[in-house]
Amino acid sequence: MSESITRSRPDVADTPLRVEGLTKRFGGITAVDGATFEVERGTLTGLIGPNGAGKSTTFNLITGMLSPDAGTVVFDGEDITGLEPYQIANRGLVRTFQIARELGEMTVLENMMLAPKHQRGEHLWRSVLPGARGGVVEQEEELLDRVWEALEFFEIEHLAEEYAGNLSGGQRKLLEMARALLTDPDMLLLDEPFAGVNPTLEQRLLDHIHDLRDQGYTFLLVEHDMDLIMNNCRHVIVMHQGEILTEGTPEEIKSNEAVIEAYLGGDV
Amino acid sequence: MSDTETPTGTLRQLWAEDAVKIAALLFVIYAGYLVSGLVLGYSVRGQLNSLASLTFYIGVFATLALALNLHWGYTGLFNIGVVGFMAVGIYVMAFVSKPLYGAGGSAAQVGGLGLPIPVGIFAGMIAAALLGFVVALPALRLRADYLAIVTIAMSEIVRFTFLSSTFQQFQFPTLSGESTRVGFGGGSGLILDFPDPLLAFIDVLGLSGAYDGLVRLVGQVVPNNPDPIVHSLVYGLVLLGVVAAYFWLLKRTGESPFGRVLKAIREDEDVARALGKNTDRFKIVSFMLGCALMGLAGILWLMGQGAVTPNFFRPRLTFFVWIALIIGGAGSNTGSVMGGAVFAAVLYQGPLYFQNVVTSVFQPGDAPGSFGPAISPLLSSADPMPFLLYTLDSVRQLQLVVMGVVLIWLMHNRPQGMLGHRKETAAAIPLGRRGGGAGPESGSSDPDSEPAPQTDGDGTGGAADE
Repeated sequence: MSESITRSRPDVADTPLRVEGLTKRFGGITAVDGATFEVERGTLTGLIGPNGAGKSTTFNLITGMLSPDAGTVVFDGEDITGLEPYQIANRGLVRTFQIARELGEMTVLENMMLAPKHQRGEHLWRSVLPGARGGVVEQEEELLDRVWEALEFFEIEHLAEEYAGNLSGGQRKLLEMARALLTDPDMLLLDEPFAGVNPTLEQRLLDHIHDLRDQGYTFLLVEHDMDLIMNNCRHVIVMHQGEILTEGTPEEIKSNEAVIEAYLGGDV
Repeated sequence: MSDTETPTGTLRQLWAEDAVKIAALLFVIYAGYLVSGLVLGYSVRGQLNSLASLTFYIGVFATLALALNLHWGYTGLFNIGVVGFMAVGIYVMAFVSKPLYGAGGSAAQVGGLGLPIPVGIFAGMIAAALLGFVVALPALRLRADYLAIVTIAMSEIVRFTFLSSTFQQFQFPTLSGESTRVGFGGGSGLILDFPDPLLAFIDVLGLSGAYDGLVRLVGQVVPNNPDPIVHSLVYGLVLLGVVAAYFWLLKRTGESPFGRVLKAIREDEDVARALGKNTDRFKIVSFMLGCALMGLAGILWLMGQGAVTPNFFRPRLTFFVWIALIIGGAGSNTGSVMGGAVFAAVLYQGPLYFQNVVTSVFQPGDAPGSFGPAISPLLSSADPMPFLLYTLDSVRQLQLVVMGVVLIWLMHNRPQGMLGHRKETAAAIPLGRRGGGAGPESGSSDPDSEPAPQTDGDGTGGAADE
């Protein structure tokens, strides 16, 4: 359990997530307008843009929370457009939320125990029938070990028995990422994981993300903070008014006139 | 730790046990009723009768509160159509288990299918669960308040269906190819002319001898016709057994990965879905299970009553169950049982007892017949007696007012119910650090040295379930 396994060939250029022509309209407003981009395996890719650029909507479209009006989302070679959120999560593409959504009246341990996929006891009869419950208990014990490892990795084991609703904003972000990891994903979509997090905790979260990326996880990160993205991502996608404005390395983005225009509010 | 050695510490430890809490509460309630019975000067027969009916109502309200707790307390499903599922339970049970029309010299207007009572009970529960499925399917995809509207509308549809003359009586094909006269009796009600379920049950268990012995034993204390008393006492005990069974079932349901997902749905359904849980499936299973349990509660409430009428199932009964659940504390099975017991003893039966006690202690005269004569002496000569008497006489009606006041008070002062903000952990094992080794206080500044939470390598999730 503790040995970390290298993900499949991080050196090979491989794109687990491909988005093509993604479009979403709300009434007369086109929130996302033909967004097309790819995310490379084992990288930390940044998705930036000013407020209202369509970043969160794009996230919701990718993860099935919203269904697109046009376009496709391909994950690991499979078209996942329009699937239910749970189906997408079960394929290994898991998201966190912009505002941390801890399950407040459940303890941190309960929150974490919820996450692992395909738990035997999620079938009512197995949890209730005396003959079958033994198997459920056995699996719960395995899961609990994994949960403790994850809590230690994120250094929140001292909060284990606490109700998640009592955690600070930053702790909730840690909990949410730890919980998402327990679903055993291939790729994580993080929606502003640093919003409302103090600088110390922010650095810790970033360290965790870099560690996990080194282990082979793929990240797509929505973020407001330009500097943070520029310093941590190898590849940056810029959205503006629902469209992909440009993409490239942080250096390329920094010197791009259109990006500066968009951020400084030059409304053409 | 030293706390446990002192007597108060031991008591506190005992109190932490759910069974002890429930037992202590029941003890207080029964003691209160016995004392008020003494005040009333009840005979032994009267005492036993009052205990039996108290037990009956504790039993039915506790089972209903437990079932509703699965819906609301665990899954956050706002079901205000409890009576509808109860009605379907007992009516379908009656339909299946009433004797065939014209058989056995029954005076009933319509017959049933004449199948054994256990088959009827099973059919009633299945029917309630299926109705739950039909109600839930469109509503579960909507927000919680829509489910509420759908459920209360459904419960009224059920009531009016059983009231309608169309279903009062009709022909139903039997296995032998003929048809038999069946029906739901319409507004005049349905006679439950199957054999006494309790006696049949005791017979199946082979305890008839013991039961007869009990009747003879009670006969020594209550010489006159001890049979009905023993019957209702034993039925009350059976109901308490059913409460225990519900409790066991729902505790196991809650303390499991299944219950954990239900709780997550209650807290934030989007999160559960984002973590790969097919929340619709969980909601439907939870809803159907609760509905089946409500159907059984309806059967247990009414199958010994001789007859059933649709207007028994007015929406206010649903709200009684809600009050019971809120008193006890939604989210807690122990709280549901305690809430059911307190509701039955204090709010449901309590006012009548209060009326009886006051009347027998003070022996007041006759109450005024209407509001005018009750209020005029108070205004003209400041004589409050007629008004007080009138109030006491109207306790049945005022009961609803009292319930409303209690509900408002609870919402303001103790929305989390009697047991406080208590949560029953949703896991099949006690959560906590296991093994005790590997101190976490290594203070490592290097997160790389920590084990990764990651397990198997190839998790492409290709076999995701749909």
